[in-house]
Amino acid sequence: MSVAAPIRVDLQLIADMVEPGGRALDVGCGDGALLAYLVNFKRVDARGMELSQAGVNACVANGLSVIQGDADADLRDYPDDAFDYVILSQTLQATREPREVLRQMLRVGKHAIVSFPNFGHWQVRLRLAFGGRMPETPSLPYKWYDTPNIHLCSIDDFRALCRDMGVRVERAIVLDRNSRPINLPPFVANLLGEQAVFMLKRE
Amino acid sequence: MLEDLTDAERKALAQCRHAVLGADHPLRLDCGVDLGPYRVAYQTYGALNAARSNAVLICHALTGDQFVAEQHPVTGKEGWWESMVGPGRVLDPARYFIICANVLGGCMGTTGPLARDPATGHPWNLRFPVVTIADMVRAQAALLDHLGIADLFCVIGGSMGGMQVLEWAASYPGRVFAAVPIACSARHSAQNIAFHEVGRQAIMADPAWQGGDYRLHGTAPERGLAVARMNAHITYLSQAALQRKFGRNLQDRSALGFGFDADFQVESYLRHQVSTFVDRFDANSYLYITRAMDYFDLADAHGGVLASAFKGTQTRFCSISFTSDWLFPTPENRAIVHALNAAAANVSFVEIESDKGHDAFLLDEPEMFRTLSGFLQGAASARGLS
Repeated sequence: MSVAAPIRVDLQLIADMVEPGGRALDVGCGDGALLAYLVNFKRVDARGMELSQAGVNACVANGLSVIQGDADADLRDYPDDAFDYVILSQTLQATREPREVLRQMLRVGKHAIVSFPNFGHWQVRLRLAFGGRMPETPSLPYKWYDTPNIHLCSIDDFRALCRDMGVRVERAIVLDRNSRPINLPPFVANLLGEQAVFMLKRE
Repeated sequence: MLEDLTDAERKALAQCRHAVLGADHPLRLDCGVDLGPYRVAYQTYGALNAARSNAVLICHALTGDQFVAEQHPVTGKEGWWESMVGPGRVLDPARYFIICANVLGGCMGTTGPLARDPATGHPWNLRFPVVTIADMVRAQAALLDHLGIADLFCVIGGSMGGMQVLEWAASYPGRVFAAVPIACSARHSAQNIAFHEVGRQAIMADPAWQGGDYRLHGTAPERGLAVARMNAHITYLSQAALQRKFGRNLQDRSALGFGFDADFQVESYLRHQVSTFVDRFDANSYLYITRAMDYFDLADAHGGVLASAFKGTQTRFCSISFTSDWLFPTPENRAIVHALNAAAANVSFVEIESDKGHDAFLLDEPEMFRTLSGFLQGAASARGLS
């Protein structure tokens, strides 16, 4: 293959952060789209972890190295610095212990790349403040009673956690509704960004 | 070394190849005994390519043998893994050079308790040294040396075969490009040792067993071996599968017989299962091979830490378990995966939904075939195999 198969815009952003030829672990790799891209177009030794058995089976049947497991339980097996990058895409808010997951990611990987929906987005604020109802937005399309998202945060919340953990933010990209990067000062980003992608490193 | 063979061994050796090894360099067994010369009976399918890079070693399970994909010379039944091996199958002889050797301690032509002790000229019987999974793998490695195969594209096997795969990856990491341990464990559980002990006791309780010297007495502990096999066979199935297949259905009758004939279909099924087994399998071999499985504890051989067995490994692993397998349940397979993760190994792990129990790995499981084709395709391109 010489032409890159198109992948979701937010996954492409993550892929662009990964240097070619390194080692990466994609936690919550789904159907393996990002993994396949990293393997085929960036010569990355990429591994995956996925909760759904159907997702794992599909990945392995496509020749990808994926195990069934979840971020909360299975990151702790890996040795320190096993990977150059540990990626967690749109999953942090669904983990039981986000702080511990982040700590494990930064122990196992030299860099952590995390993307999440921004709970500080103005639509979220409006819906709760004036609608009096739990927010449902394109990035958060769930009813309160069936959402997998148990630890939602805003971009500023996430930055605060990074500060608290002594983690260096190498890059922070804020995305609009169509997952396109927008350049905004931080206080506006927390209001207008629908999603964010952070690349982190241990201090 | 071909004197004094059983009928089964004679038929087996007439239908496969064999090598006599260890005449100059005996095999140092884990128990400390030097074994040699010894015979390894093996079968091959396909051809070795010019680069000698397409060899696949299949490791058989407790009562399996080298007749993977052909009519069995003793029972006349089809090969035990025809669903996996053959033209258009996951392991296609057009692409791979496939080898399967009868294990050390076996009874299909490889040296085991049926053979004669070269030192005394008498049949080994129970004086045959207790062999381990690692010993079986050493004998296979010696066979590969004999065949001039430096390294394997893939080692694959289920159950005891999976144990050998793990041992291969741990003992000869440089000789294994890809490893597929299926439905197995890195150490035999207490429950599994217990089931094996029931089987062994059944054999040894048969008066025809004669302390293991039944061939000298012209007897055969077939009833004991049959009970051992029945007992084991139940552990290869699942409660759900037994219920689905047989329920409480009666066999050839419309009412209970108020006796001890096979009233129920499940009883009749078990009796039928063992009828051909006792013709092809040797009771002493059953003792030895179950013992080898019981002794298997890969972590113990590496300072108690399973991950140490795989330290620095470059092998690509694909581990597979089945939801209804209660002999080697998913958590035991997952423990292997965790250890491989801890060694930062390249590993895939798939649990396959099936109600067929442990035996699922031998059956038509499309999801397993899909997984393995994908895994092997990925490994083949990494290896530069066309």
